[in-house]
Amino acid sequence: MARLELKSVDKSFGAAGCAKGVSLTVEPGEIVAVFGPSGSGKTVLLRMIAGMFEPDGGDILVGGRSIVDAPPEQRGIGMAFQNFALFPHMSARDNIASGLRATGASDIAAKIASMSRLLKIEHVLGHSPRELSNGQKQRTALARALIGNPEVLLLDDPLRNVDAKLRYEMRLELPSLLRRGSAAVLYVTQDYREAMAIADRIAVLINGRLVQVARPEEIYARPASVAVARLFGDPSINLSEVAPVAEQGRLTATVAGTQIRLDANGLPSDARARCWLGVRPDDVMVTGQGGEGAIPARIVAVTPIHERAVVLLRFADGSEWLAAMAPEALEAGADEDVFVRFAPEAALLFDHASGERIGQPPRRQAA
Amino acid sequence: MDHSSLAGRIFRGIALAMVLVFFMFPIVWILLMSFQSNEQILRIPPRILFEPTLANYEALISGQLKTAAGNLQISFMRNLMNSFILSSASVILALLLGVPAAYAFARFKFRLGETIAFTLLSFRFAPPLLVLLPLSLYYQQLGLNDTYFGIVWVYQLIALPLILWIVRGYFEDISPDIEHAYRLAGHSWREAFTRIAVPLAGPGIAAAGLLSFIFCWNNFVFALILASADKQPVTVGALAFVTASGIQYGQIAAAIVLSVTPTLLLALYAQRYLVEGLSLGAVKG
Repeated sequence: MARLELKSVDKSFGAAGCAKGVSLTVEPGEIVAVFGPSGSGKTVLLRMIAGMFEPDGGDILVGGRSIVDAPPEQRGIGMAFQNFALFPHMSARDNIASGLRATGASDIAAKIASMSRLLKIEHVLGHSPRELSNGQKQRTALARALIGNPEVLLLDDPLRNVDAKLRYEMRLELPSLLRRGSAAVLYVTQDYREAMAIADRIAVLINGRLVQVARPEEIYARPASVAVARLFGDPSINLSEVAPVAEQGRLTATVAGTQIRLDANGLPSDARARCWLGVRPDDVMVTGQGGEGAIPARIVAVTPIHERAVVLLRFADGSEWLAAMAPEALEAGADEDVFVRFAPEAALLFDHASGERIGQPPRRQAA
Repeated sequence: MDHSSLAGRIFRGIALAMVLVFFMFPIVWILLMSFQSNEQILRIPPRILFEPTLANYEALISGQLKTAAGNLQISFMRNLMNSFILSSASVILALLLGVPAAYAFARFKFRLGETIAFTLLSFRFAPPLLVLLPLSLYYQQLGLNDTYFGIVWVYQLIALPLILWIVRGYFEDISPDIEHAYRLAGHSWREAFTRIAVPLAGPGIAAAGLLSFIFCWNNFVFALILASADKQPVTVGALAFVTASGIQYGQIAAAIVLSVTPTLLLALYAQRYLVEGLSLGAVKG
């Protein structure tokens, strides 16, 4: 099987740049999620690989061979679209078979049978797309993309239009399905959970630039910038503007009038003018007892989200943080005064101007 | 929707009947006229009950028009054939040219694209008389006067813009991703066009073809100027019924019935292709 390589690919539409020097390698059998906010250029990137747009600069290689000049039908690419893009005038079976027939493959019936069994759509093969539920459409589209055993598999937010329950099931099913043919898989998504569940590596794309390419837990624990940190995590990371100072070889900062230790490994001990201090809501502890490094706060609201309670806290200076915890771990209720703590190694520091992370906090398990 | 109160139903019935009478009466009257002799038609007051005659149809089909002033040769059947040849050829040519053009306008952005599309549409704005004089001069020089080809060509002014703009809209409604998916499955763009785009725009193409057929069929002025007797369609041929000895209302009515029939049949036949919703469910709406 072949590896997919993007080499400083550029693309712009008018003044808007959609891809700026994107370089990325996907090994055979590897799933890389392209994750970013909407409008960050994820889909454009995928479409350049598929041959619907031509890159302005750079090169795209499959198995070491440039495919930029090849028409889409000769690129050996399978793709699943966000809107399914099934052929409405053909049955599900003909949809799945379209690629096999074009290449004159043998055993078409057997291949369709095994693929549809795998995706649990055997009973709807004779139906036309409009008779299928969204979940079945999605599975049909996936079967169509997978059946030719393409060298490169592109999935453009395939779970966007299916309901929440099915999305959850598919998240569990997809990784093994996608690894079957040991294709190089690029998976576009707007959902960081989906990216973390499915991908071996995540490529974070912001405004057409790859900001960070790393393993999911790495990105969660050590985001490259404030922007990446904000994108990963729900509720999103708490940020406070701080001016850390070095004292006796230890770094401290003042948050809402309280001095906090930031002794995470590798944080530079030199004083910095202004930084963003980032603490994930999961790392924020709410207690009744004060003491060193405990920031007084008042609980404004407690909102249950999924299985957790999300606590909105307001500090004396008016700034607000969120904490997320198991509901039973919360001892106080709304409008009560509490203290907020976090482990020094949970703190992330970002440069105020560039937004880039400073120092190397230790590896931690992703939540 | 529940409007099934008695008063509502009665009112709806009356309203429907009024609309129906308003639009259907002329057609019914023409149909009745076509089975009457000229004397019966011109009788005052007119009567609904009469002794039907097939003389009008006989005259049209045999080509012998018997008038008070004597026998007159008319070539109605030939006119009908001409109408059929001219309209079909025009629509086929316009479809061959217009459908790929509509696809290009729908899918690709190119320089002057909108301008060209609009210019083609603007052919429909100009009154035909405006272009007729220069056109007939050109045609005389080119030797296209009084040829089927010349008239089919000029009918493109009617059919092509219509097909182009209607079909373009249908192509634009098809998600390009469906064609992308087909190409990624290993098909060339030509196959994607003929097996995906054209079938999915089928209802639109049928509607546009039918409409332009009707417009071509009903055209009068182009054929009047550019064609002589043996190439004339029914619309012009009907003039022959205005004879020296009077207007042959019965034959005119019969001629109208005969000339409306093919388009009517075509419309009824094409109706099943005009059913929308074929592309529903292909993509998430």
